Amino acid sequence: MNIVVLVKYVPDAQFDRHLTGDPATVDRSESILSELDEYAIESALQLAEERGGPKAGNRVIALTMGPAAAATAVKKALQIGATEGLHVNDDALAGSDATGTSLVLAAAIRSLGDVDLVLTGMASTDGETSLVPAQLAERLRLPQLTFAASLELDGTTVRARRDGDTHADSLEAELPALVSVTDQINEPRYPNFKGIIAAKKKSVATVTLADLGIQAAEVGTAGAWTAVRTAEARPPRSQGTIITDEGDAGIRLVDFLAAQNLL
Amino acid sequence: MPTVLVFIDHPGQALHKGQLELLTLARNIGEPVAAFNGDLTDAVRTTLGDYGVGTIYRPSADLDGALVAPKAAFVAAAAREANPAAVLLPNTFEGKEIAARTGIKLDSGVITDAIGVSADLTVTKSVLAGAYTVQAQVGRGTPIITVKANAVAEAPAAEAAVPEVATVDAGDFGPAARITHRAEKAASGRPALTEARVVVAGGRGTGGDFSPIEDLADALGGAVGASRAATDAGWIEHSAQVGQTGQTVSPQLYVSAGISGAIQQKAGMQTAKVIVAVNNDADSPVFEIADFGIVGDLAEVLPQAAAEIRRRKG
Ligand SMILES: Cc1cc2nc3c(=O)[nH]c(=O)nc-3n(C[C@H](O)[C@H](O)[C@H](O)COP(=O)(O)OP(=O)(O)OC[C@H]3O[C@@H](n4cnc5c(N)ncnc54)[C@H](O)[C@@H]3O)c2cc1C
Ligand SMILES: Nc1ncnc2c1ncn2[C@@H]1O[C@H](COP(=O)(O)O)[C@@H](O)[C@H]1O
Repeated sequence: MNIVVLVKYVPDAQFDRHLTGDPATVDRSESILSELDEYAIESALQLAEERGGPKAGNRVIALTMGPAAAATAVKKALQIGATEGLHVNDDALAGSDATGTSLVLAAAIRSLGDVDLVLTGMASTDGETSLVPAQLAERLRLPQLTFAASLELDGTTVRARRDGDTHADSLEAELPALVSVTDQINEPRYPNFKGIIAAKKKSVATVTLADLGIQAAEVGTAGAWTAVRTAEARPPRSQGTIITDEGDAGIRLVDFLAAQNLL
Repeated sequence: MPTVLVFIDHPGQALHKGQLELLTLARNIGEPVAAFNGDLTDAVRTTLGDYGVGTIYRPSADLDGALVAPKAAFVAAAAREANPAAVLLPNTFEGKEIAARTGIKLDSGVITDAIGVSADLTVTKSVLAGAYTVQAQVGRGTPIITVKANAVAEAPAAEAAVPEVATVDAGDFGPAARITHRAEKAASGRPALTEARVVVAGGRGTGGDFSPIEDLADALGGAVGASRAATDAGWIEHSAQVGQTGQTVSPQLYVSAGISGAIQQKAGMQTAKVIVAVNNDADSPVFEIADFGIVGDLAEVLPQAAAEIRRRKG
């Protein structure tokens, strides 16, 4: 089967992250594969392996849209076990919003021909909108099984569990389908030495907007459906009061809450 | 005056706080109208009128058998009817997904995570886990905005309306996943986590005993939250998880107890007005963001605080 797994290149949340430029966009200098997409890669690999792996014709194609450096995210996916990569890289893409991103990713997925399953993370760790998976389902006319905490493929039937605030749903659809997975679904594997060596031989196709038949004016900052007008860094939190419990900390906490009008 | 379409999904017997807030917000922009899914009781209809809703659009067919796609088709169809200045939805996982697909159908921009929407439809939201506050606008189509709880204080209209009811055909919603089973979760009797003014959250440091957390939450009239370490351990249900992959909360008060303050936990609670941390390790990163920190054992500090609150309240 052919599985496409979406991998986004995002700033590492372990460091301070910044907006730059006007209009403000995310600074991608210290960036990595989005942590939440590792769960989607793991799901893709498990499904491919259950069906005999690459030898049995199962492909796991890692797809990213992003600047030249976003190739890092694809490379990491190949090291973990994806069989090939596709990178949409075009200067005109800078500043795209979710709707523009889903337009381009949908075209890239269509360009691959027969795709059985599209797997994504539950949210990107920078944009954090969770819009892209649902928009891809809409654009590609695929059933969406999103925020999946479990995933099972039985013949051509996909089943997933989705946990909501007030209820948990069991979902079912026929392939082809789009699935976004949560961090509850599995334990992502790390690349091992063999994987790192093998990745060097795997192919990554790089395509531009023209290759996908998309006009530059439809995407990027110019074509964005939304615009950031102003961006303001949060003022640093002023140092709070730290006390050590000497038997009365609970009382002192209530004094603090009372002084803040929080009781 | 332009209309503003608000998506109201299954309010049950009474509209929720978040739904009342959306209607209040809509009124600051124009005349609220509702895309309404679920049973429309007399009481709910009256409340919609009290909040100024002129028209209630209801679907002509069931929307609940399949995931997201039917509701998005309905909201888009209602928007075509009402031709609103904006569409407002709750900022839940499902609300964002309905907004996402409605945006494609209406060729309109979508903004999520709004903490404020002004009369000229400028949206305020915080991004990168609260590191920045941005003002954003939709530049194409009908602005579709998902709004977090507590963006406005809910209030009924000065003059109540008598809503008309209109039926809307959502049409063919396309391929969708069937919902084959739905397990309802038991109600806790506490305020909903994302809507609560006060959240008391516990982590691995509870050692699995959440009673001090629950006790303080109840004394404060708050909701109970948790770190992923606590939900993964099965000490409390997953829906209580606060953080990057759980709920994002911005309460007036967040009490973090026995939680170290990992980046993914902070992503969900850093925008709380006041943060209190109770942790027995003075070097825990959570103290870096605490307004009031106590180095101590939560099993002693929390019960003492809960008892003191009850004593003062009499
Ligand atoms: C992809 C991904 C997504 C994640 N998403 C989330 C998320 O949404 N939310 C989230 O919370 N985490 C998330 N995590 C996990 C996160 O990285 C941390 O592992 C987790 O938050 C730690 O939980 P904790 O603070 O309860 O446990 P620990 O880090 O083990 O901290 C326990 C704390 O309790 C203190 N303590 C122990 N005993 C006591 C006592 N008696 N009294 C007072 N204090 C005590 C200790 O000093 C310690 O600081 C995610 C991780 C990943 C990889
Ligand atoms: N530029 C991108 N390239 C590849 N995948 C993406 C991109 N943007 C979003 N995605 C995928 O869509 C998911 C949700 O992203 P978002 O809607 O931005 O929160 C991510 O976890 C990715 O799997």
